[in-house]
Amino acid sequence: MNKVRVLVGTRKGAFILTADGARKRWKVSGPHFAGWEIYHVKGSPVDPDRIYASQTSGWFGQIIQRSDDGGKKWNTPGSSAEELKSPDGWPKGESNKFVYDGVPGTHQWYDGTQHPWEFKRVWHLEPSLHDPDHVYAGVEDAALFESKDGGKSWKELSGLRKHDTGPKWQPGAGGMCLHTILLDPKDPQRIYIAISAAGAFRTDDGGKTWKPTNHGLHSQYIPDPNAEVGHCVHRIAMHASRPNTLFMQKHWDVMRSDDAGDSWREVSGNLPSDFGFPIDVHAHEPETVYVVPIKSDSEHYPPSSRLRVYRSRTGGNDWEALTKGLPQRNCYVNVLRDAMCVDSLEPCGIYFGTTGGQVYGSADAGDSWKPIVRDLPAVLSVEVQTLQ
Amino acid sequence: MIRVVLPPHLRTLARVDGDVELGVNGAVTQRSILDELEAQFPMLRGTMRDHVTQIRRPLVRFFACGEDLSHESPDAPLPEVIAKGSEPFVIIGAIAGG
Repeated sequence: MNKVRVLVGTRKGAFILTADGARKRWKVSGPHFAGWEIYHVKGSPVDPDRIYASQTSGWFGQIIQRSDDGGKKWNTPGSSAEELKSPDGWPKGESNKFVYDGVPGTHQWYDGTQHPWEFKRVWHLEPSLHDPDHVYAGVEDAALFESKDGGKSWKELSGLRKHDTGPKWQPGAGGMCLHTILLDPKDPQRIYIAISAAGAFRTDDGGKTWKPTNHGLHSQYIPDPNAEVGHCVHRIAMHASRPNTLFMQKHWDVMRSDDAGDSWREVSGNLPSDFGFPIDVHAHEPETVYVVPIKSDSEHYPPSSRLRVYRSRTGGNDWEALTKGLPQRNCYVNVLRDAMCVDSLEPCGIYFGTTGGQVYGSADAGDSWKPIVRDLPAVLSVEVQTLQ
Repeated sequence: MIRVVLPPHLRTLARVDGDVELGVNGAVTQRSILDELEAQFPMLRGTMRDHVTQIRRPLVRFFACGEDLSHESPDAPLPEVIAKGSEPFVIIGAIAGG
C-alpha cells in the first residue's frame, strides 16, 4: 500500500503529515524542534527514512538535524560519543559548522556598497539522488555547501561564490539566499541553482565551475534589465524525465527554458499576476506546471483575495485557475518559494502551505483541494515523500 | 562545581533538564566555561559563539551575580562565587522579538 509523508517547515517548528495512498485521512505529528524556524525538511530519494532538516534561529544560529527512521527520532549528525572523537581529543561537533572557503569577499549591499559575505542560515537541503549520506545545502549569504558524511561536516563548493560576478550579487527582501538546488537525474555532474537576487547558475562539472544562466530574463528593478546577473529568481522546477526543460517563477514573470537554462522565454500568458514564489511540475506530465499568483511584490497576498493555484497543461502561456476547496474571499496569505510540492502517486498529489498556517492538499492533480491542517505557524516549506 | 544555566532552546538541544554542572581546570573565565560546556555538549558548538572567531553571537548574553558580563573580556576572571558554584553563570537569549 502506498503512503505519503509530507514534511512541513514552519516559523516555529516542523510537522510531519502522513496518509495512505487515498490521501483522505491524515495524521499530524509535531511540532518537532518547537520554537525554532525550520526552513526546510527533505528526505533522501535513495533512503526515504533518511530525512534532513534545517533548524535555525536568530539567537543561536544554524542547526542541522537528521532522522534515520522517517522522522520519529532526530539527532544532530555525528553526535554519538563514538562519532565525536577526534584525533586531538576535542569533540568535533561540526554538523552546524558552515565556514566559507578562503576569504569570503564582498557582494553588493542594499545601498549599492560592497558588504562582506556572512553566513546566516541554510535555506534548502537537497539530498543526493544516489547516496543518502550526500546532501547539498543552499545557504544565506548565497553559497552552496555539501556533506558527504550524512551531515556531520560541510564543505563549500566555492567555485560558485567565487564566480567573477559575485561582487554584483545582492540580497532580495528575504536576504541573499541560495534557495533552489536541482540535481540532473541524467547527468550527475550537472546542477542548477538559483539565488535571490543574483539569478540562475549551472555547473556541468559537479560544482567546480559555474555559469550564469539568465539570458532572456528581463528585470526592471535593476539598472540593466537584461544584465547577466542581479535577477530575483524565486524558484525553478524541472521534470525528471526532461532535465533540460526548466520552469521559473521570477520576482515578476513565469519563464521557461528548453536548453538547460541557456535561454529563457516568458510563459506568463493569462495569469492574473505573474508575481509569485513557488512553481512545480506534475509528476507524470512534464508539460503540466503549477504556480500560485500573488498580487505584487509589496502586497504579498493573492489577487482579488482569492487563493488560486494556476495550472498550465501546455507548458505555460495557457493557465487555468484551480479553486475548488480553496478560499475565494478575504484570503490574504502568501505561499513561499519552497512551500509547494508534488507526490508521484496516480493521480498526482499536490501540496502547498501558506503563511497563515494552512497546508492544502489535492489528490487529483489540483482539480480539488482540502486543508490537511489549518492552524500551524507560518509555513516556510513543504516537501512530500511517496512511500511504498 | 560551576553551575551553568542554559536558555530553554539550548537545554533541549543539549538534552538536559536543569542546570549544567562543570569542572574547569585553571582560571574560571567565560572562555574556560564555554570551552568545557562545548566539550561536554558538542551540539552546542556554534550556538553561543562563532565556530571560527569564537566571538559571542549577538543575541546571546552572559549574566552573573546580577551583572551583564557580555561585553567583558572572555578571558577576564569571573567572580569567586561563580567558580565555587554558589552563584550560576547564566546564558540567555536576548529579549528581541517573539
